Amino acid sequence: MSGLSLGGFRPWRRAWFAPLVTLFAVYALFVFLAPETFGRAVNLATMLRQTTVVAIAAVGMTFIIIQGGIDLSVGSMVALTTVVVAWKLKQGSSVPVALLLGIAVVTACGALNGLGTTALRITPFIVTLGSMTILRGAAKGLANEQKIDADIRGLDALVTPPENGLLPPGVYVALGIALAGAALLHYTRFGRHVFAIGSNEATARLCGVPVERTKILVYALGGALAGIAGLMELATLTVGDPTDSEGLELQVIAAVVVGGASLSGGEGSIGGALVGAFLMTVIKTGCTHLGIPNWVQHMLTGAIILTAAALDRFRRRSSR
Amino acid sequence: MRTRLAVSGLAKTFGATRALVRVDLEVHAGEVHAVLGENGAGKSTLMGVLGGVLAADTGTVLLDGEPFRPRSPGAARDAGVSVVHQELAICPHLSVEDNLVLGREPTRFGLVDRKAVRATAEKALREVLGTAASRIDPASAAGSLSVADQQLVEIARALAVPGTRVLVLDEPTSSLAKDDAERLFVLVRALAERGLAVLYVSHFLDEVRRLCDRYTVLRDGITVGSGAIADVGNDDLVAQMAGDRSRRTTARAGDEKPSARTLGDVVLTASHLAGTRLPSDVSFELRRGEILGIAGLVGSGRTELLRAVFGLDAVRSGTLDARAPMGMLSEDRKGEGIALALSVADNVTLSRMPAVVLPGAQRRATEARIDELFIKATPEQSALELSGGNQQKVALARLLHQGADVLLLDEPTRGVDVSSKAEILALLERLAAGGKAIVMVSSQFAELVHACDRVAVLRRGVLGPARPVAERTEAMLLEEASAP
Repeated sequence: MSGLSLGGFRPWRRAWFAPLVTLFAVYALFVFLAPETFGRAVNLATMLRQTTVVAIAAVGMTFIIIQGGIDLSVGSMVALTTVVVAWKLKQGSSVPVALLLGIAVVTACGALNGLGTTALRITPFIVTLGSMTILRGAAKGLANEQKIDADIRGLDALVTPPENGLLPPGVYVALGIALAGAALLHYTRFGRHVFAIGSNEATARLCGVPVERTKILVYALGGALAGIAGLMELATLTVGDPTDSEGLELQVIAAVVVGGASLSGGEGSIGGALVGAFLMTVIKTGCTHLGIPNWVQHMLTGAIILTAAALDRFRRRSSR
Repeated sequence: MRTRLAVSGLAKTFGATRALVRVDLEVHAGEVHAVLGENGAGKSTLMGVLGGVLAADTGTVLLDGEPFRPRSPGAARDAGVSVVHQELAICPHLSVEDNLVLGREPTRFGLVDRKAVRATAEKALREVLGTAASRIDPASAAGSLSVADQQLVEIARALAVPGTRVLVLDEPTSSLAKDDAERLFVLVRALAERGLAVLYVSHFLDEVRRLCDRYTVLRDGITVGSGAIADVGNDDLVAQMAGDRSRRTTARAGDEKPSARTLGDVVLTASHLAGTRLPSDVSFELRRGEILGIAGLVGSGRTELLRAVFGLDAVRSGTLDARAPMGMLSEDRKGEGIALALSVADNVTLSRMPAVVLPGAQRRATEARIDELFIKATPEQSALELSGGNQQKVALARLLHQGADVLLLDEPTRGVDVSSKAEILALLERLAAGGKAIVMVSSQFAELVHACDRVAVLRRGVLGPARPVAERTEAMLLEEASAP
C-alpha cells in the first residue's frame, strides 16, 4: 500500500470497509431501480426504524463474538422482555418499574449464560442453545401461552416519528447505545480484555486478565442490550408476545459477521455490525418495493452473507 | 549477596506423573541463575509454579524472605515475579502496545490512557531492542510480526512491569536471530547489575556459561547439583543432567545392537529440505529395515521436520523423494494421533476404510492388528478407555493397517508408562526387521541411543549427519544438540 498512506488510516484494511461499500452499492442500486418509492427520505427513516431491534441486540452480540463466544438466546430474551414488561404494566406497575424489571430479568439471564460457559465449562453454543429454549418456555408460561394485551402507556412513541421530525426516538437510542458500546470496546480496559480473551484466552490469563469475570460481564451486557431491544420490540408490537422474535438471534449474528467479526474471536466492530444490520433491512425493503418475491429475498440475503464472509477471508489473506 | 528467591522441597504430581519430586533452588539478587536439565526434568513445571500457573503440592518458596504462593499469574506478577514463557504467549489480534500492557492497562477516568500505553510500550521496546526498536511499530497487530519479534515483545512485556524483582526467562533465544540474542544477553546482564534476580532456562551451555553466574541442575524432578558456573566444565554439567544413564546407554549400545537386520532399498531421501520457518536445512537417507533417530531440543524444529516430510506443512525449498507410502504418528496423541471418542476398530481402520464398512470384516481386521501389536483392548472398546501405551499402539496399528512402509514417529513413547515404553520400542524393532523404514523423533536421547540404528542431531532447524549409534552416547547427543 505504498504511496497511498493516509497517516496510517487505511480504511480498506478495516473489517467494516467491504460491508459499507456493499451497503452503498446495494442502496444506490435500489434507488436507481425504484427512485419514486425506495429513494424517498421517509423510506430511509422507516428502514432505520425497522433496524433498531436488530441493531441494539447486535451491539451486545459484537462483544460476545469478539470475546470468542456466541449467544443463541437473544430472540428468546427479546420475547421474554416484551412479556415481562407487558405483564407488569397490566398489573398496574409504573412504566419505569416495568421497564427496569424487564431489562433486569434478561440481564440476569445473560449473566447466567456467562456462568454456564465459565463455571460449568460448557461451550457457549450449547449453553445458549439451552437457555434459548428455556427462556422461550418461560415467556410462554408467564404469558399463559397468549399475547399479553396491556396498555403500554405511550411506549409506542419510542418507534413513532415525531410530528416535526423524521426519526423516532428509538433510532437515537440505538445510535447512542452503539456509540457508547464502541467507546466501551475501544477505550476501556474492559474492552481491551474482551479482544484479548477472544484473541488468545491462555495468554490473557497469563497476563492477569480476569477471564471469567470478563466473560460473565460480556454475556450480562448482551442480555441487557437484548432487553433494550425487547423494549423497542414491545413498542412496535404494543403487546407482550411470547412467540415473537423466533430466529432473531440468527439475524443478529449475521449482522455482526457481515460487519467483519470473526466467529473464532478477536475481531469485530460495532460500526460493522450496524452496517450489517442495516444492509439486511435495505435488501428486504428494496426487494419489497420492487415486488421481488419473498423467496428471492431470502436467497439474496443468504448470498450477501456468504459474499461478505468470502470477501473478509480475502481481505485477511491479503493483509497477512 | 542477598537471597531473593529460596525454593525448598518443592513437589508437584500430575496424576501418576511426578513432575517435581524435591526441588531446591536459591537465587540471589543481582545474579543470573541458570536452570539446567534435560527435557522432562521438571524445569517447565518449576517455572509454572513460580509464575502462578500451577500450585505446588508441598514445599515452600520464599521471595525476599516472605512466603510466596501466587494463586494466579497476575498475582505472581504483582508480587514481582515476571515470567517469559517459552511457547509464544501473545494475542495476535491486539496491537503490540496493547499486548505490552495487557492485564495492567493504565487508565484515566476509567478510559485506557493511550498516551501512557504508547510511552510504556516505546520504553519497553527500546530497552529490549535498543536502536533496533524502530523496526517494531507499537500500533501494528502483534500477529503480523515475525516469531522472533513476537518473542521480543513478550520479553518487553515482562520488563514493562514495575517492581519486578525476579525475571524468569524460559529458553528465550530458541527463536531469536544472533544479533537479537546478543542484545538480549547485554540486557540480561544489565538487569542483573540493577539488582534483579534472573532465572535463565536454556539448553545452550555456552550461552549459559557466558551469561550466568550460578546454576542449578534438575533431573527427574530433583535438584541434583548447583554451584558457580565458573567451577564446572560443560562435561560435568552434561553428566549431571544425564545422570548415570549416559554411561549405561554407552555400554548397551555396543553389545546388544540388532545386527540381524538387513538394510533394503532407499525409500526416502530428503535433500536440503526447508519449511516456511523450521526446519531450515534437512538432508537424510532412509532405507528399509532401518530406524533413524532425530535428536533435537525443544524449539529445534523436530515436529516441523516430520510435518514437512509428511506434507502437512509447506516446503519452501529442497527436494523430497519418497518411494513408499508414508504414515505419520503425531506427538499430540489426544489431539491428532487418535480419535478418543471412536472405538478401537474405527481408529485402526480409519485411514483405509472401504466405502461400505461391514462390522464383521472391520472386527476381524482389527483383531489381527490387536494380536500383532499385543494391544490390550477389544475392537469394540472406546479408545478413551485405554491406557496411554495402548492408545499409542492403536495409533501405530492404524499406520500399519493403512499400509505405510515409511513410519514417521513423533515422540512415540511420550506419556506412556515404563513397561509400555519398552514394549513400543521392541515393537519398532520388530517392524524394522520386517522391512519397515522408521524415522523416530524423540526428546529422550537415551531412548534414541537404545532404539535406533543411526541418529542425527537437529539443532536450530539444521539436521546434522546421521551417524551409527555405536558412535553416539546420550551425553554426546545432548552436547551436540545444545551447542551454540
